Amino acid sequence: MLQKVYDWVDERLDITPLWRDVADHEVPEHVNPAHHFSAFVYCFGGLTFFITVIQILSGMFLAMYYAPDIVNAWESVYYLQNQVAFGVIVRGMHHWGASLVIVMMFLHTLRVFFQGAYKKPRELNWVVGVLIFGVMLGLGFTGYLLPWDMKAVFATKVGIQIAETIPVIGPIAKTFLSSGEIIGAQTLTRFFAIHVFFLPAALLALMGAHFIMIRKQGISGPL
Amino acid sequence: MHRGKGMKFVGDSRVPAERKPNVPKDYSEYPGKTEAFWPNFLLKEWMVGAVFLIGYLILTVSHESPLERKADPTDAGYIPLPDWYFLFLYQLLKYKYAAGDYVLIGTIVIPGLAFGALLLAPWLDRSPERRPSRRPVATGLMLLALISITYLTWESVVTHDWNKAAQQGKIITSKVDKKDPGYEIFKGQSCIGCHGSELSGGSGPSLIGTGLKPEEIMKIARKGRGAMPANAFKGNDADLKKLATFISKQKK
Repeated sequence: MLQKVYDWVDERLDITPLWRDVADHEVPEHVNPAHHFSAFVYCFGGLTFFITVIQILSGMFLAMYYAPDIVNAWESVYYLQNQVAFGVIVRGMHHWGASLVIVMMFLHTLRVFFQGAYKKPRELNWVVGVLIFGVMLGLGFTGYLLPWDMKAVFATKVGIQIAETIPVIGPIAKTFLSSGEIIGAQTLTRFFAIHVFFLPAALLALMGAHFIMIRKQGISGPL
Repeated sequence: MHRGKGMKFVGDSRVPAERKPNVPKDYSEYPGKTEAFWPNFLLKEWMVGAVFLIGYLILTVSHESPLERKADPTDAGYIPLPDWYFLFLYQLLKYKYAAGDYVLIGTIVIPGLAFGALLLAPWLDRSPERRPSRRPVATGLMLLALISITYLTWESVVTHDWNKAAQQGKIITSKVDKKDPGYEIFKGQSCIGCHGSELSGGSGPSLIGTGLKPEEIMKIARKGRGAMPANAFKGNDADLKKLATFISKQKK
């Protein structure tokens, strides 16, 4: 039955080459922890992607309850945390995932750096990877404000003050981030939009490029 | 691949009529113990993922994610703290040569150099050599960066007053009866600026459980006390009486 459905679609859209492209790629011995335990260092990139998927899913569920305005933001998080069934778990996964993803990404970066895997011909993939690192830090910074509790507002205040010290573009950066003179209602909606739409879009595009480049070049050889 | 004349298509589409076989590549002639990604290796990856997920969930259920009290941007006494992975930067800005007149060193120069060097690493370290021991400059700089980040984060953690941080962020469930006419007056006067909307204090002391009689409170509101200026209360005596009775009623 399943085979018939597959054949029916394949006849019309020729999906076999696409599927073989995803499924057929070799996993060399030196990256396979089943053969050399020390190859677990190659897991960090995959785990970063795994947590990213969890972050997207848990974030989608958080967005069902979260209200991005200064009157209701804190109350909606408090309600989610204390009243909603499994709300504390969903928020917990998003909260701890944000830290874990930084840890995994950092370990992945160190693995690539110390193995010199960024050298020719993989320079571009390294650059994209560092950009992903920047986007992740941006997601962490913007997400920190959203619960609208004390530490959120004051950490954001400090962050924006730091951005303001940059010569020439500082004041513009401040206006862009806080959307006005003070940290208030518009800052929150702005951070929400950046956290939920702009940065995830950038992240997905960069990750797509990261993976296509890996498939094209293959994983770097053993040292 | 078939090219040119004689190509057959499905209907009037551009999909070739000739089917390609859906069989995995043969890896037996690849060097070493090369494995196919699908499904052999993916299954092992899933097992690693499952173990990781268990640890992740244990962390989630054993440590509830923190939530401090609702933001009050007017609370000037609050000591801010960023998320842990920004702590090293926060600590850096406390040092003399990265603050004040030199703040640009802390906010732009050092982070900019570090991030720029990381981004441009493939062009800064151009030798084809990959072993860490054979490229001592790159390895040394990265180790230096790691040690600095660890040290700064550590310093930031040990110098932070965690008890005070927990206190200042605590969620206070309101015991104040906000429907009391006294609270209306409290809100209408300038009291709220220093004593807070929950009467729990701010730049001024807490008004909960003062143990003062209404008469004493009326006197303070008119004549001031300590840092509190005289004539902080502006209004008639009847309102002042209501306000004072309301405040003296607040028990811990």
